[in-house]
Amino acid sequence: MQRYLVSRVLQGLLVIFLVSVGTFAMMHLIPGDPISLLIGEAHITQEQIDLIRARWGLDRPLHEQYLRWVGNMARGEFGESVVRSGVPVRTMIAEAASVTITLNLVAFALSVALALPAGIVAAVRRYSLFDYAIMVSTTVGVALPNFWVGLMFIVIFSLVLRWLPPFGLPGWQGYVLPVAVIVSSQLALLARLMRSSVLDALGEDFVRTARAKGLPERGVVLKHAVRNALLPIVTVIGYRLAFILSGTIVVETVFALPGLGQLFIESVNRVDYQVVQAIVLLLSVLVVLGNLATDLVYGFIDPRIRIR
Amino acid sequence: MREDLSVAPLAPVRLEAARRSEWSRGWRRFVRYRPGVAGLVFILLLLVLAAAPDVFAPYPYQEVFRGMRGAPPSWSHPLGFDHIGRDVLSRIIHGTRVALIVGLLATGIAVVIGVAVGATAGYLGGVVDAVLSRLVDTLMAYPLLVLLITLAAVLGPSLVTVVVIIGLTTWAQYARVVRAEVLSLREREFVLAAQAAGAGVGRIILRHIVPNVLSPVIVIASLGIGGVILLESALSFLGLGAQPPTPSWGGMLADGRAFILTYPQIAIAPGVMISLTVLAFNLVGDGLRDALDPRQKDVQLSR
Repeated sequence: MQRYLVSRVLQGLLVIFLVSVGTFAMMHLIPGDPISLLIGEAHITQEQIDLIRARWGLDRPLHEQYLRWVGNMARGEFGESVVRSGVPVRTMIAEAASVTITLNLVAFALSVALALPAGIVAAVRRYSLFDYAIMVSTTVGVALPNFWVGLMFIVIFSLVLRWLPPFGLPGWQGYVLPVAVIVSSQLALLARLMRSSVLDALGEDFVRTARAKGLPERGVVLKHAVRNALLPIVTVIGYRLAFILSGTIVVETVFALPGLGQLFIESVNRVDYQVVQAIVLLLSVLVVLGNLATDLVYGFIDPRIRIR
Repeated sequence: MREDLSVAPLAPVRLEAARRSEWSRGWRRFVRYRPGVAGLVFILLLLVLAAAPDVFAPYPYQEVFRGMRGAPPSWSHPLGFDHIGRDVLSRIIHGTRVALIVGLLATGIAVVIGVAVGATAGYLGGVVDAVLSRLVDTLMAYPLLVLLITLAAVLGPSLVTVVVIIGLTTWAQYARVVRAEVLSLREREFVLAAQAAGAGVGRIILRHIVPNVLSPVIVIASLGIGGVILLESALSFLGLGAQPPTPSWGGMLADGRAFILTYPQIAIAPGVMISLTVLAFNLVGDGLRDALDPRQKDVQLSR
C-alpha cells in the first residue's frame, strides 16, 4: 500500500509540474510583448521600456522567470488584474469560486442521488419499460449541448411559464435552472454507468452464491451487487472532474452567473492574462488532485488495486 | 441487444464464410444495429448538404430580408428569420459544413497523432514510454474546454484554429488505448516473426502493429466525432470558433442567446441540428463498437 501511495503521489506531482510548464509556455505564446499590452498606444522611450521590463523581471532568462512565476503561484500570489487594475487576482477568483462551488456541489449531489437509484432499478428490471426509457434518454442526453438545454430551459421556465429568472443571481432562484442543466447532463451518464456496473456485478459468482444460500433478492441486490457496483462509479466520478469543470464554463455563460467560468471567459475576451493563467493552473491542479484522490480512495476501498 | 450481437453465431463454418474478410463480417454485424444505420443515413445526408449547400439552401446565407427581423416561420421560410432578418434554414444548411469539417478533420488529426504516440510508446517501452505517458497524463489533466478557450484566444479564433487546436488536444485518449493494445501485441508471434526476419522498428509499427489496433481506434474515433462537434459548437457559442459571417450552429446559438427574450425561436433549430448530428455519430459509434470491438463497453468521451 505504501509503495502504491508514494508512486501515485510522485506521479501526480510530476504531472502538476508539467502542467505548470505547459501553462507558462502557453502564456508566452501570446503574440506581442506583455509590455505593449500594458502601455497600449502611449509613446515612451526605450529606457522606460527597459525599466518596466526590469521591474516585472522580463529581462531575466526564461527559466528564472518560470521559477519566480511558479513560486508566486504556489504561494497564491496570482498578481493583479491588468484590466481591473489594483484588484488582486486572488480576490477575484475567491469571489467567483463561491458561486461555482455552490453550483457544482448542489448539481453533483442531486445527480448522484437521482442517478444511482435509477441505474439500479434499470439494471434489476432489465429490458423493462423503465430500463428502455433510461437507455434512450441517456443516449439522447449525451448528444445534447448543455448550453442549448440551458437556452431551452430559459425559454420554457422564464419566458413561457415565468417561474424563474432567466439570467443572473437575484437570489437562490438563479441557481435552479443552471443546476437543472448540469444535473440533466450528468444524470444521463451516471445512470447509464450505474446500470452497466450493477449488471456486471449481478453476473458475478458471489451473487449466485448469495442467491443460492437463500438471501432475499432485495438483500442480494442492495448488499452484494450494489456495493461492488459502486467501486467503478467512484473512479469515473473522480476522473470526470475535468469534464464537470469544463461544463460549468458554458453553463455559467448561458445564465450570466458570476462564477469562475464567466470570470474566465470575460478575462479571455479582455486579454486579462493574469487572471486567465491563474484559473487555468488552478483548475488543472484541481483535476490532478482529484484524480490522485480518486486513485488513493480506490486503492483504499479495493485491496486488489494495491497489489501490482 | 448488445450482448446478443457480441456472441459469434454458432453456425457451421462454410468455405464462403471463411473467405469473407474480417471487415465485411464487421459490416454485416453493423447493419443489424438499426439505430446505427439510421445514424449513418443521417450523416450521409449531412455530407451531401455540406458538399453543395448553395444547391439546397433556398436563399444565400448572408441575404438580409428587410423588415423581417426575428419573424416567425412561414411557408417560404420554414424556420423563420434571425435577429437581423436572414433566413434561418439557409444558414442551418450552410452551417453543416463547419460542423462536419471540424468534426472529421480534427478527429483525423487526433487519431494520427494518438496512434503514432501510442504505438511508439507501447512498442519501444522504457524511457520513451515513460516520457510519452507523462505527456498524455499532462494533456488529460487540463480541463479540455479551458485549454481550448485559452488556445483559441491566444492564436486568434478561426475555423483553422479550431480544427488544429481540437486535433492537438484530444489525441491523448487514442494514445492511451493504442499503447495498451500494443503492449500485448508486441509479444505476439507475428511481431516476433517480423523481428526475427529483420524488419525495422518503423516497418513493424506501421505494417504489423497499426493494422491490428485499427478497430478499437475506429470505434473510439466514431464516438469521438460527436464530442468534437459539441466542443466546436461550444467554442463558436463563446465567440471563439469560426468567425461571422461564416454560419456555424454554435454561432447561431450565441445569437439565439443574445435575443432569447425577444426572438426565442432563433435558438431552437441550431440546437436541434447539433443534437441530431452528435446523436447520429454516437449511434454509428455504438454500432461499430458492437460490430468491430465487442470487448469495449461504454466509452464516454469528453464534452
